[in-house]
Amino acid sequence: MNLTLNVWRQNGAGDKGRMEQYQAKNVSPDSSFLEMLDEVNEELIREGKEPIAFDHDCREGICGMCSQVINGKPHGGQDRTTVCQLHMRSFKDGDAIFIEPWRAKAFPVLRDLAVDRNALDRIMEAGGYTSCHTGGVADGNALLIGKPEADYAMDAAECIGCGACVAGCLNSSAMLFTSAKVAQLATLPQGKVEAAKRVKSMTAELKAQGFGNCTNHYECQASCPKGIDVKFIATLNREYIKALVK
Amino acid sequence: MILDGKCPTGPIETTWDRHRFESKLVNPSNKRKFKILCVGTGLAGGAAAASLGELGYNVHAFCYQDSARRAHSIAAQGGINAAKNYPNDGDSIYRLFYDTIKGGDFRAREADVWRLAQVSNNIIDQCVAQGVPFARDYAGYLDNRSFGGAQVSRTFYARGQTGQQLLLGAYSALCRQVKAKTVTLHERREMLDLVVVDGVAKGITCRNMVTGEIESHWGDAVILATGGYVNVFYLSTNAMGCSVTAAWKAARKGAYMANPCYTQIHPTCIPQSGEHQSKLTLMSESLRNDGRCWVPKKKEDCDKPAGSIPEEDRDYYLERKYPSFGNLAPRDIASRAAKEQCDDERGVGPGKRGVYLDYQSAIDRVGEDTIRERYGNLFEMYEKITDENAYKQPMRIYPAPHYAMGGLWVDYNCMSNVPGLFVLGEANFSVHGANRLGASALMQGLADGYFVIPYTIAGYLATVKPGEITAEHPEFKKSADEVKGTIDKMLSINGKKTPAELHRELGKVMWENVGMARSDSSLKAALKMIPEIREEFWNNVKVTGKNGEFNQQLENAGRLADFLEFAEILTKDALNREESCGGHFRVEHQTDDGEAMRNDEDFCYVAAWEFKGNGVEPEMHKEPLKFENIKLAVRSYK
Repeated sequence: MNLTLNVWRQNGAGDKGRMEQYQAKNVSPDSSFLEMLDEVNEELIREGKEPIAFDHDCREGICGMCSQVINGKPHGGQDRTTVCQLHMRSFKDGDAIFIEPWRAKAFPVLRDLAVDRNALDRIMEAGGYTSCHTGGVADGNALLIGKPEADYAMDAAECIGCGACVAGCLNSSAMLFTSAKVAQLATLPQGKVEAAKRVKSMTAELKAQGFGNCTNHYECQASCPKGIDVKFIATLNREYIKALVK
Repeated sequence: MILDGKCPTGPIETTWDRHRFESKLVNPSNKRKFKILCVGTGLAGGAAAASLGELGYNVHAFCYQDSARRAHSIAAQGGINAAKNYPNDGDSIYRLFYDTIKGGDFRAREADVWRLAQVSNNIIDQCVAQGVPFARDYAGYLDNRSFGGAQVSRTFYARGQTGQQLLLGAYSALCRQVKAKTVTLHERREMLDLVVVDGVAKGITCRNMVTGEIESHWGDAVILATGGYVNVFYLSTNAMGCSVTAAWKAARKGAYMANPCYTQIHPTCIPQSGEHQSKLTLMSESLRNDGRCWVPKKKEDCDKPAGSIPEEDRDYYLERKYPSFGNLAPRDIASRAAKEQCDDERGVGPGKRGVYLDYQSAIDRVGEDTIRERYGNLFEMYEKITDENAYKQPMRIYPAPHYAMGGLWVDYNCMSNVPGLFVLGEANFSVHGANRLGASALMQGLADGYFVIPYTIAGYLATVKPGEITAEHPEFKKSADEVKGTIDKMLSINGKKTPAELHRELGKVMWENVGMARSDSSLKAALKMIPEIREEFWNNVKVTGKNGEFNQQLENAGRLADFLEFAEILTKDALNREESCGGHFRVEHQTDDGEAMRNDEDFCYVAAWEFKGNGVEPEMHKEPLKFENIKLAVRSYK
């Protein structure tokens, strides 16, 4: 199949950036979206042009590195799919495709489609852990955790930290990301001890990093390649209120 | 030279405890004076940086990804082994030790493997304390599943994302130390040289992948936890950025590369679909708990839909050949068996390089919902890639390069032959011998990071004066100048071929000649072709852009340049090892029924290679392997 690509090109944070058009020719429907871009890049290099920069690594949908808004939707909008797992068979011959980076104040563009997402690490550093020491902990079975609680925590823990929730949100809020970690740890007995401190400190950092507030549009859930549920935001809100009255 | 692994002797059960007691310590108030560089933030590096930071050392951690949470440990699916014996099915530390030695085809050190088995139980406890949501049963207890090469259920798991959850646990611990200011993170940095001063590792030179700046970092010790090298085959299950670069730069500075020919080809990967393919995707080995491998008995059936082939015309070849382990035969054996069926022209799917992994009998037995609960995300991933529904038709799988058992040589303390350079996880060679069992990589990474290096590094640091050599030392400038020189050279060639094209060429040579079946003639052919590709690289590569910017082509070219040197050592090691063991299969050395034939008389040793420059024969140093607790035997899974 043949496609027309409109790709965001920006040479560093200081550059204004612009859309540029490229042709992707003879694309195999079995190739992934990133493999299609690889081919376009190979062609650009042969023509002596600068290839398109984009973040990617594991190419199996788990590392969270790939980050592109395709036709206005983070990761292309296919249900529970990262860009690297998006395959060309979901496009039609002759399609025009628009490719942009994550856009958020907290995610400055480094080059083309690659952005700086370290603001999410700062939120994690503010309390996304249990303060256990290496060694000297109890036997794993000394702590019984019901299957429903373990499953609820696991549902939240599946977040890959890609930032699609931020890119999809009209407020550029990182609420879904933050709530997933808060909910995972607040649900498990290991994390309950520090739950109040954690939720206050992580939400404070979320604001400090320049992310917006949540106004319940649920675009984050629709954008999330792992299907993280907005119910975790409700869990975060409940934990936050509990922490305030403590 | 005969190498000494410095393994403790005496009763194996007490080796690690005695060694810990005999090792020197660093006084708590002195720890902060020592600066430790840790390259790589996967399970081994992340756990090491967090644990050392917590002890009070001044730790600097480096990774090439944009965040420490993204190392490729994250992609491990199935699980992590431990000798907890929670299911009461006969497991013990001794059995895990035995299975690992046997699984590795008797090519690993006993003392290292014992330690791994001993601390395996601590790992599970540690991860639970961190909030890793392991699978639980309805009573709230931890659940287990089975993996290849073991007859007990000792594998702990978190759905099909165990690696992700363990890595996020280690990353959380790392975040806590960053907050406590004991660890400084340096993301998007690629290590491009090891700085050695008077024979001792004293720092690294790395490239800032955003600005292109060449940075010098000094440390009283350097830890490499930089993973494996199977991207030398171009197509593998590794992440795109995985490379041999950090390890190879250390090898160029004198560190020995041990057993590089031990590469693991994983049996359950999605077959290649075309030339555009950039990587291969693994389907967890846990799938073999319920899936049955088969191919049609008759060649003419290979093009028919799987469902139309009657039971009696199917060859469940693993169950036929290995009745006691069946579909859970170890990886090297399952991979070779799949290749055998395809070589016999009974493969299925495009190109006929594939075998079926069938769930029908499991679905009939326990129901589709149970299978969905166990492997739902894997079936989903399979459908995304192949557009096929594995609940309705069998999966097609084929082996793919997955893991490197070989790596930098280390002694029992995880220290390389270059003092001050420690190597952890997949990057070292120590515990998996010639074949790694499933669910053991996560175990090793975390064992090295949480429970080994915190003890053994102290023994070294206690002999060093902190901060004696800093980045002011002339060796740092010399190293930075060399790195800049290499980068400038790559950028100036302006030839015709892209790094990806040349990498694909190298991969093809390696897969066809140094892959699942190796012979004297195929290896010699590879040794002729690799230098030719290397030559072409340095004369005809085209690297766009410049150094002082975000330049992914430059990164790829640099990694390829190292693979092109390393590939030769890997092949030479394979040529030298005139035996078949584990993942290393020499066609000249097999039994009548095609099983690997070891030669303990001549090859019961670790081959550690010293690189002496391109075009110069590398020197091999031997470390003899002694088996005092487990009798050397023919590895049988029949």
